[in-house]
Amino acid sequence: MEFSRRETLAMGLGAAVLTVLPFRVNAAAEDMIAEFTGGADLSDSGVELTAPEIAENGNTVPISVSAPGATAIMVLATGNPTPGVATFNFGPGAASQSASTRIRLAGTQDVVAVAKLADGSFAKASAAVKVTIGGCGG
Amino acid sequence: MASGVKPRVKVPKKAAAGEAVTIKTLISHKMESGQRKDKEGNAIPRSIINRFTCEFNGTMVIDVTMEPAISTNPYMEFEATVPEAGDFKFTWYDDDGSVYDTSKSIKMA
Repeated sequence: MEFSRRETLAMGLGAAVLTVLPFRVNAAAEDMIAEFTGGADLSDSGVELTAPEIAENGNTVPISVSAPGATAIMVLATGNPTPGVATFNFGPGAASQSASTRIRLAGTQDVVAVAKLADGSFAKASAAVKVTIGGCGG
Repeated sequence: MASGVKPRVKVPKKAAAGEAVTIKTLISHKMESGQRKDKEGNAIPRSIINRFTCEFNGTMVIDVTMEPAISTNPYMEFEATVPEAGDFKFTWYDDDGSVYDTSKSIKMA
């Protein structure tokens, strides 16, 4: 199979776009974290994120988050076309600041949880999930 | 209104005063993410439930903002404190403006 000069150039361009793209997706996730925290520092303790190491089906990945005393927890999927997953706001009627749900993951990636703790500080936890079949309809 | 939307909620029938109960909710909804394409290659427009709330006798328990990354038939599990007998009210808000709600009462053990 032979490539014309035009095709070769187009392929090179495509490869360049592919290598740049992951950084842009991560930047979108970082922007959302900055918006949520207002640029405050993130500590590593205070929030727990439970996710499977390997998810066979990216369409429904069970996750749970828990942050004692938190007022809100935001969950992000850094490798999805749009990083936002859900934001849990806990009211006075909540017995524990924890919740479980099922999410979609487009591919193998890090899932991040950012919690707003009772004292106004923020904590972050992340979990790497390997996805065998992506969940965004290819 | 999206068709075939049916909320299902599991709440214990009885609880002691001040007890923490686990609540499980599921609502059947296709949660179209807006990323998929149909056979002709046209994007299928986004249609999801974007917010879920649970209240107990008017006190907010949990308020969840949902994005397209939530799976089909959104499932939520969380814990609530039951200070007295009363009603849990669950509300889901659809992108198209529809609101689905259901309630469950709980008695004192």
